[in-house]
Amino acid sequence: MTQGFHLVVDNVDKRFNTKQGEFIAIRDINLRVQRGEFVALIGHSGCGKSTLLNLIAGLSTASNGVLVCAGREIAGPGPDRGVVFQNHSLLPWLTCFDNVYLAVERVFAASESKAQLRARTEAALKMVGLAHAMHKHPNEISGGMKQRVGIARALAIEPAVLLLDEPFGALDALTRAHLQDELMRIVAETKSTVVMVTHDVDEAVLLSDKIVMMTNGPSATIGEILEVNLPRPRDRLALAEDTDYHHYRKAVVEFLYAKQKKAA
Amino acid sequence: MSATLTVDSMMTTTPASTMTPAPPMHATPAPEAATEVAAPTEAQLKAAAERDALTRAAARRRRERLAAFVQQVVPGIVGILLFLLLWQGVAQLVGNFPGPAKVCDSAVKLFSDPFYQKGPNDQGIGWNILSSLKRVGIGFGLAALVGIPLGFVIGRFATMDRMTAPIISILRPVSPLAWLPIGLMVFKAANPAAIWVIFICSIWPMIINTAVGVQRIPQDYLNVARVLNLSEWKVFTKILFPAVLPYMLTGVKLSIGVAWLVIVAAEMLTGGVGIGFWLWDEWNNLVMEHIIIAIFTIGIVGLILEQALIWIAKRFQFE
Repeated sequence: MTQGFHLVVDNVDKRFNTKQGEFIAIRDINLRVQRGEFVALIGHSGCGKSTLLNLIAGLSTASNGVLVCAGREIAGPGPDRGVVFQNHSLLPWLTCFDNVYLAVERVFAASESKAQLRARTEAALKMVGLAHAMHKHPNEISGGMKQRVGIARALAIEPAVLLLDEPFGALDALTRAHLQDELMRIVAETKSTVVMVTHDVDEAVLLSDKIVMMTNGPSATIGEILEVNLPRPRDRLALAEDTDYHHYRKAVVEFLYAKQKKAA
Repeated sequence: MSATLTVDSMMTTTPASTMTPAPPMHATPAPEAATEVAAPTEAQLKAAAERDALTRAAARRRRERLAAFVQQVVPGIVGILLFLLLWQGVAQLVGNFPGPAKVCDSAVKLFSDPFYQKGPNDQGIGWNILSSLKRVGIGFGLAALVGIPLGFVIGRFATMDRMTAPIISILRPVSPLAWLPIGLMVFKAANPAAIWVIFICSIWPMIINTAVGVQRIPQDYLNVARVLNLSEWKVFTKILFPAVLPYMLTGVKLSIGVAWLVIVAAEMLTGGVGIGFWLWDEWNNLVMEHIIIAIFTIGIVGLILEQALIWIAKRFQFE
């Protein structure tokens, strides 16, 4: 059953022990992701989508159930999964180059020469369009550029799965749109498998092959899974007129605002 | 300033000269020769007016800057003058208390030959300052060698924190000189005892600040380390150490301040060569000018030490 899938989440629960007793964050999560698939996790805040992503990243462990990535059980964090955090998480005392190099060195230092490591780092930064800002420190570049470095760092290690935790949430709308287009191009180029947490409906429909909609927490689970069969490459302008696009968008909006209406 | 001014005026005169072709546009039927003569003068007038406005603006800017400078510096100077006046008043009321002029004379004499040596108890003020700095350097250096690694361990492991917290809380507020007898008893010599007092008094800020720095490392940075599975060594050199450095330097700055405070008191009791000892010696000799010079010297050296550390700390500030 789990054969052939790149990422498998099987009957996973996550419970936290709090002062008020046990708190069930998410339960009965079952998810299958194929190689090269782009999956978005969407839901209201507090629905446990980041909790699920952290489980896949290995930053926390499931209370119940199994997670498998590229045929190996996820037992902790590891460089086979590249993570892009919401607030870029670049080390401010390292240049963009050194931030990426730190990751590249960790994964490839055993098998490659210094020159090869440098070439990989440069290639990753070039891919996100930051060849010119390579030797700047994070405080010298804009928020969008920082997030690009974060993406370069995650992709430079050639992970089996790329995990994005609301990567564009802190950016302004124009920068966000631009980075979404860039991300589509990069994912197509690298044929990456991606799991992305978002609360932006347009972002989810534009980028994903599959949208996983989560019910409200506590004790959240997967409500519906929507397959997005829009042809690639996708163009944001053309899609604005596309009836299929609006159909998908409506399905997600309906789920979020009719079925899972959240008391404000 | 004059350089920026010329650049300014050059940049603003260019639009005026590009306007030269404009007059023929609306003065359509006029003879060509006439417009050619008239147009440059008009442009020149405009340019001259603009230049005029610019120099006026520059003059205003200069005046504003001067006013800001005066507001910054004058109160300080007034403060010092008032202080000197107060000092002079006290000197006149209290017998044997030297006024500013007398102290200044004496200081000039003293600092014109700072490095003379006439036996162990009579040396130039330069030697006294250097010996004090040496003691502070050794005591503070040892404290840094022990305190900073200890701070890292306490910050990293909660158990160590809980283990050491009561001891640190009890020993930290103890007056510096209370430690002197222990030093004298253990080392049986004055100089190591003074260094010991510096050590024990300047170690606390470094331990505490380093530990706090380690405890306050943003979870984001540690998450980076976790998702990449970095080795302990890499975590330390690339994340822990740079993240803690600003806190550590704050601790170092506080420690240096404490060390310099303590050295004077310690030297008064232990003797030898040093600014604190010299101060006490001059009291025994009843040379009041020298006591006041010693106080100012201690203050100025302390200020220089602190400013040097602030300068170093600034170089390691990120974001």
